[in-house]
Amino acid sequence: MSAPVLEISDLTVAIHGGGDRAHAVQGIDLVVGANEIVCVVGESGSGKSVTAQAVMGLLPKGSLSVKSGSIRLQGTELGHKSQAELRAIRGRQMAMVFQEPMTALNPVERVGKQIAESLEIHTTLDAGGRRERVLEIMRAVHLPDPEQMIDAYPHQLSGGQRQRIMIATALVLDPALLIADEPTTALDVTTQAQILSLIREMQARKKTGVLFITHDFGVVSEIADRVVVMQFGRVVEQGAREEVLRRPKETYTRMLMAAVPSMIPPKRAPATGAVTLETTNLHKTYGKRGFWQPRARVVNAVNDVTLEVRRGETLGIVGESGSGKSTVARCIARLVDPSSGRIAIEGRDIALLSETQMRPLRRGVQMVFQDPYRSLNPRRTVAEAIIEGPMNFGVSREAALKRARQLMATVHLSPDALERYPHQFSGGQRQRICIARALAMEPYLLIGDEPVSALDVSVQAQVLKLLDEVRRQFDLAVLFITHDLRVAAQVCDRLAVMQKGVIVEQGATADVFANPKHAYTRALFEAAPGRHQEFGRDD
Amino acid sequence: MAELTTIESTVPATASRPTASTRALRHPGVVAGGFVILAVVLIGLLAPWLGTIDPTAINPAARNRLPGMEISMRTDTGERVRMVARFGTDSLGRDIYSRVVYGARVSLLIGIAVAVISIVAGLFVGLLAGFFRWLDAVLMRIMDGLMAIPAILLAIAMVSLFRAGVLAVIAAIAVPEIPRVVRLVRSIVLGVREEPYVEAAVTLGTPTAKLLWRHVLPNTIAPLIVQGTFTCASAILVEAILSFLGIGVPPEVPTWGNIMAEGRQVFSIYPHNIIYPGVMLAATILAVNVLGDGLRDTLDPKMAKRV
Repeated sequence: MSAPVLEISDLTVAIHGGGDRAHAVQGIDLVVGANEIVCVVGESGSGKSVTAQAVMGLLPKGSLSVKSGSIRLQGTELGHKSQAELRAIRGRQMAMVFQEPMTALNPVERVGKQIAESLEIHTTLDAGGRRERVLEIMRAVHLPDPEQMIDAYPHQLSGGQRQRIMIATALVLDPALLIADEPTTALDVTTQAQILSLIREMQARKKTGVLFITHDFGVVSEIADRVVVMQFGRVVEQGAREEVLRRPKETYTRMLMAAVPSMIPPKRAPATGAVTLETTNLHKTYGKRGFWQPRARVVNAVNDVTLEVRRGETLGIVGESGSGKSTVARCIARLVDPSSGRIAIEGRDIALLSETQMRPLRRGVQMVFQDPYRSLNPRRTVAEAIIEGPMNFGVSREAALKRARQLMATVHLSPDALERYPHQFSGGQRQRICIARALAMEPYLLIGDEPVSALDVSVQAQVLKLLDEVRRQFDLAVLFITHDLRVAAQVCDRLAVMQKGVIVEQGATADVFANPKHAYTRALFEAAPGRHQEFGRDD
Repeated sequence: MAELTTIESTVPATASRPTASTRALRHPGVVAGGFVILAVVLIGLLAPWLGTIDPTAINPAARNRLPGMEISMRTDTGERVRMVARFGTDSLGRDIYSRVVYGARVSLLIGIAVAVISIVAGLFVGLLAGFFRWLDAVLMRIMDGLMAIPAILLAIAMVSLFRAGVLAVIAAIAVPEIPRVVRLVRSIVLGVREEPYVEAAVTLGTPTAKLLWRHVLPNTIAPLIVQGTFTCASAILVEAILSFLGIGVPPEVPTWGNIMAEGRQVFSIYPHNIIYPGVMLAATILAVNVLGDGLRDTLDPKMAKRV
């Protein structure tokens, strides 16, 4: 191997102004060679993004600073460079791609101009020369029709195209090092697969060294040459991809990988309970052509959805963003009004009831939301959150509190947590509180709208296990909305695959995974990162 | 898998961070502004005991005396006293010091009343407009209409319809302020309505009135306190302008605006007619605004970035 592109040795980044630890990153060693992709994996708070920021010289001023250690880029020490010197290096020798392409691009400038910006700063090319280079790199990242797109604004492009623009911007000067901070986390799975293969291709083109930061072992198995596992600001384990993924040495790595749900669904007996939820020809359209807007756009968010969930059964709805899976859930919970169709809960049609008629029936359908940080009112204690529902239905305060204490045990939290406020809990703990709040209503149907998407993989495993426990204990029907096929494989008895508002395939989870019938389902499975990999197992 | 089955049941101890109200009380602007306002409130409340005489008492013999000159005045009980006119007298021979001190009452009353009325009314309308989509368009068009009426025009209309008085002035200033509060509250409600915890409360069957009270309204309190101080400052100022133009509080009632209006004609010869009430007015408004800025910085940091 030739001289390394990036060499970090004994790097320590201090956190100023308190917090639970003094160092964001402590004594880490890391090397990225030319023509190599090094993946840094870890859960939130592991220091993986801070490492990237330290290399770029982008640590937030005042709260984080490099305390000791060295960062060498192509043999040059970056540690004591001034901001002006770093500016000359950034873009030319190293570049970064961020997670959210919509916010990383300037919404009021044409994308061509944004790609050309670093050419303008770092080269002496004239306008014509710059345009040539921009078109060339846009072709290299496989953007369709670059001559047209060069004058587009970011909002006119899709998420995947925006991320291609970001990659083009980063690579237009052929830097030796590309840092990618969770570049595919905000993208749909099929788009993610395309962007991953693009990064591979672009990296091989100029033998770029890539520092790739991710939380997803599936992505790691797709793209990494070497893997660095981080926890609490320290490197736990590093090595070649196959070594780390198949024969992890450290307990933490093994734990992390054991928490990644398997793509192979377990055998499940078909549910035989009574039908709790039944939707027939459910429609939800947004926008209406009327007298005033004869050309208004009409969107069929949910189009002719028919499904049923039985007691004790989990039905998963999987699909990409915009597929309408969340809208189905919100129609069933009557947070949005369906346009037409039937929603029968325990045999009673609730689709077109008014809010007043609906209120006494709300008890039966409860929901757990995606974002644990926003699903609890920050000004009210956990106890108040849990007893609110039962008290709306005439349960006395004492009885509701007694039940709340029992439920805290059910969700494995201590009862003294009841007196605390939501900000004192971690994301996983909050999600447990939300589950307790839903269970306090003694519902028939529990809807989980991406309930584990915002959680770290190890916490995710705990919450999934809890959901499974309460489903058995309370004989619940569960409607589980997710974009994650691995999660779906492990928790769902049956699956409904949605695309553009339509259910394209529905069946027992094992059957759908073993023998996907619809082309879209097959495409989804194909795109799932690391689909052939069983983590931590030597197969 | 061992780590996965043991479940964290402990709750992390949180660092004791000062609450918003504690931070507010430590803010220099809040302390300084609050101190000055407290002083003005005390001056207003204790007016009879601050060496004043009847602010409406006229002594034609002692007109346009300069500050510090000795005058004789008839008190409420009818006896004559000799006293020093600290701020001088006006062209009717009234003691300006007594008028300025009593004027604090009217100015503060109007400032606070306008703030309270516009916030209570605006909060109510704003909650409705933000939460009920079908009401939104109707209410907001009415508010747009109200916003188009200048306070001064409305005051002229009200004074010509009813008798000029403090109530008419309060109504005239408060009405055009309401739409501003409505817009602020509505924008907060529109954001909060989409929060999952509000949706969770809907699925818990919480009645709409309770839902607004428990989950939506608390989010509006900090911005409204801030808005209230600014409304109060501008109301005091508008009252002074209205009185100065002669369409506000009746001229016999001492207010800072009235005193300045009286002194307008003789301003070049006897500037004390305008300087003393003017200084009080400026100091009070500065204090209220400094207090408002301090509260905004500590209670509502998001708004501090917006403005």
